[in-house]
Amino acid sequence: MTYTFSSQDVHMVAKLANIPIDETQAVSLAEGFTKTMIVLDQLQRIDTKDIHEDYHAVDLENVTREDIVDESRMFTQEQALSNALRTHNGYIVVDQVIDYQDE
Amino acid sequence: MTLHRLTLTKAIELIKSKEVSVQEVHGEVHAFIREKNPTLNVYLSIDEHSSEKGNPETDLAGVPIAIKDNFLTVGLPTTASSRVLEGFYSPYESTVTKRIKDAGGVVIGKTNLDAWAHGSSTETSDFGTTRNPDNPDYSPGGSSGGSAAAVSADMCIAAIGSETAGSIRIPACWCGCVGLKPTYGRVSRAGVIAMGSSLDCPGPMTKTVEDAAILLRYMAGKDLYDATSSNRKAPDYRSSLQKGVKGMRIGIIYMDHLHMPQEVKEVVINAGKLFASHGAIVDEIKLSQTLEKDKVLSPDYAVAVYTIVQRSEVASNLARYDGIRYGRDRSHFGNEAKRRIMLGTFTLSKGYADKYYIKAQQVRMLYKKNFDQLFSSYDLLISTPSPGYALKVGASEGNPMFGEVVDMLNEPSSLAGNPAISIPCYRDSKTNLSLGLAIIGDHFEEEKVLQAAYLYERETPWNRWIHKVDKI
Repeated sequence: MTYTFSSQDVHMVAKLANIPIDETQAVSLAEGFTKTMIVLDQLQRIDTKDIHEDYHAVDLENVTREDIVDESRMFTQEQALSNALRTHNGYIVVDQVIDYQDE
Repeated sequence: MTLHRLTLTKAIELIKSKEVSVQEVHGEVHAFIREKNPTLNVYLSIDEHSSEKGNPETDLAGVPIAIKDNFLTVGLPTTASSRVLEGFYSPYESTVTKRIKDAGGVVIGKTNLDAWAHGSSTETSDFGTTRNPDNPDYSPGGSSGGSAAAVSADMCIAAIGSETAGSIRIPACWCGCVGLKPTYGRVSRAGVIAMGSSLDCPGPMTKTVEDAAILLRYMAGKDLYDATSSNRKAPDYRSSLQKGVKGMRIGIIYMDHLHMPQEVKEVVINAGKLFASHGAIVDEIKLSQTLEKDKVLSPDYAVAVYTIVQRSEVASNLARYDGIRYGRDRSHFGNEAKRRIMLGTFTLSKGYADKYYIKAQQVRMLYKKNFDQLFSSYDLLISTPSPGYALKVGASEGNPMFGEVVDMLNEPSSLAGNPAISIPCYRDSKTNLSLGLAIIGDHFEEEKVLQAAYLYERETPWNRWIHKVDKI
């Protein structure tokens, strides 16, 4: 059976994805996602019981590199900060993510 | 002389023989960009001083090359056509553009694309739609629509694009130029703004097959900064171009697909006849009519597999855009990016990942097995990247699966990681729009793909540069 998206489902996914949306968008997205799921659910008709999934198509073995610092690739502090919209005393400013209480 | 019309091959030859200067070539290309860009909206940024960077003593002789705006370039902004990255200047260079610059190519500007390469028309770009130079009422295709239009309109000598499933082949097809999607891992993805990491392939978009062979040689090869790049040595693709197709086994595919118009069938079947007349053994491979286990030639299921895999990888890759280290916050994503991130978040979420993401990866392996089996008896497969001409501007509106359906015939080979080229194979004299021939090869067999494409291009009248500009 095809998955039917409700606007509540869309709000839940939007929260997980950290995408701000309003109720009008949620209703419209739910309709679009439900249509898309009709296409995606066609795969359930294919028997894949003995098929091992893989995550890309060209044969590769584990790839490692030596654990050494490549100084030619290091950014200067100025470069690292050059695209940040909010900086303060050589640091990038972020929103507070941990609650605290005055003791 | 109209130097902006030069092919890469010819431009290098004329600069090296000192018949023209790097400055003259850049000057004429810039003049043509100034004339055409206001109506076609091809370039998002331009290096006005590009001619000063061209060195005629290098392999690529300082020729101006257009770069899709999802490659990080030092000195020019990189936006991926999204307001999220508007004004972003990368502190480092993508491997592909570094290699092009090291070989003597000069980045003349950055071309428009669907925002984050999400789309098949450039209509999801936050900076406006690119128009098809052959008929501005029509779309150039996408996502590398800006690069294809730059080539087609002679607003560069050659260009670089990138493809996840169709993003090089569709715009090359719709704009009547050459587009090569290499084998996954043939060309480094380092410094290309990530979309579907298990699918993304940078590739050349050029006026001729020989031009594509030249650029691919410099783009390809192992890169320590991309663990999925292949250790296989990149050959000199140009040296084998004239080997022809004698003795090759060539299969024609997808001709019995429900949505294949008669007109397109005819040009593909005629291409098969041309290859046969040059010594290839050609036959048609029918689609599997029933869904047998281990046999999924039909592209129909690829839409679902590709949508799930790509949306899932998009959700993961675009999580980094939080407006802290660079760019603006997530409220600046356009509607298409929002849709893709959210659907991918769903297909990866607990309780649904097995049903969708894992299932899609299993069916993907069926496609890979399908191609492995086909290439055990065939050297090349031929078809079309697009079952028809370019669509009108605006065709994608209100269709959440527009790109996936347009790209349907390209998704199976992308999922399986195979190399493929699109070359012009017909031009409608009323609309001025082109059809494209697709030639698909086994993994890392770009040489065979290019050989067949080169032969076709020389033996048919459809390439607009080869029979005219080479005689300048």
